[in-house]
Amino acid sequence: MLAAISILLVFQLIGEVIALAFSLPVPGPVIGMALLFAALVLRRQIPGQLQHTAHSLLQHLSLLFVPAGTGVMLHTQRLTNEWLPIVASLLISTVLGLAVTAVVMSALAHFTRKH
Amino acid sequence: MDKSISDIWVYLATSPLLWLTATLLAYQGAYWVFQRCGGHPLTNPVLLAVLILAGILTVTGVSYQRYFEGAQFVHFLLGPATVALAVPLYAQFRKVREMALPVTVALVAGSLTAIASAMAVAYWLDGSPATILSLAPKSVTTPIAMGIAERVGGLASLTAVLVVLTGILGAMIATPLFRLMGIRNHAVQGMAMGLASHGLGTARAFQISEQAGAFSALAMGLNGLLTAVLIPLLMPVVHRLIG
Repeated sequence: MLAAISILLVFQLIGEVIALAFSLPVPGPVIGMALLFAALVLRRQIPGQLQHTAHSLLQHLSLLFVPAGTGVMLHTQRLTNEWLPIVASLLISTVLGLAVTAVVMSALAHFTRKH
Repeated sequence: MDKSISDIWVYLATSPLLWLTATLLAYQGAYWVFQRCGGHPLTNPVLLAVLILAGILTVTGVSYQRYFEGAQFVHFLLGPATVALAVPLYAQFRKVREMALPVTVALVAGSLTAIASAMAVAYWLDGSPATILSLAPKSVTTPIAMGIAERVGGLASLTAVLVVLTGILGAMIATPLFRLMGIRNHAVQGMAMGLASHGLGTARAFQISEQAGAFSALAMGLNGLLTAVLIPLLMPVVHRLIG
């Protein structure tokens, strides 16, 4: 558990340092994820502890969005005044994003399997 | 008792302990309701927890900044959790590699669709420029989206809220939408959920299967990278339209 958490934090830290050093637009944790993925590919297996810790952390992934979401209270004014463009934009764009991705990937997966 | 209830309240309301505990309890209560309602999309636990907490803070007059002093410990875990997504991704590595071409093309098509449609709809319905710009990165994970919004003239804290709302919405509508469209492949479902609704879509995808979750994590990471590149490139066009 302790070792696995340290691994995650070390990779996050390396990611943050790289993001800052090269002033990349991508945040440190995403770079950390890519680096840990690369390390696992090189190692060819997942250490048991890491598997366990990653699983328990990801099981409650949606909880981690609650603090940022509660920030909704800072924007009640704007959300009231502009509720129509905001609600319509979120709804239409989320449906389109899901649908376009799914349709394109389905079509190509089908095509790739045939050839 | 040598202290009145209000003295105790004044102490607790300013300590991180109370709001950290409140965040965990609100989420667990919301999750209990979600399970009790058979996982009905309208009882999304994040949505309920946010409403409960925002309600409590508004009624008690505690500021969001004070709340966040406690809740930041939960917020911080988003970083290590993002890194941890490499684990399911690696577990599905073979499957992901087989699908490299479909994943790449779907990523570009989906990413452009999500960005352009979010801004186009808000523009068409007379949203203010700050709102339109804050909506642009709404499909990618909070830290990336906030960084992008700041750079292009949106409001980072508004974007954080729009990102969470998008995630809740994606988690709510994905399954019914796929049923309607006849999309059954878990890799495809996960890919679409991670792309359109980042970590919250990914959390939902893991409930479908390990494979859906892995593709969702992949889509979330890749779309974060691509959106960070695409939005600044689209800005000259956007600025000509909204001034």
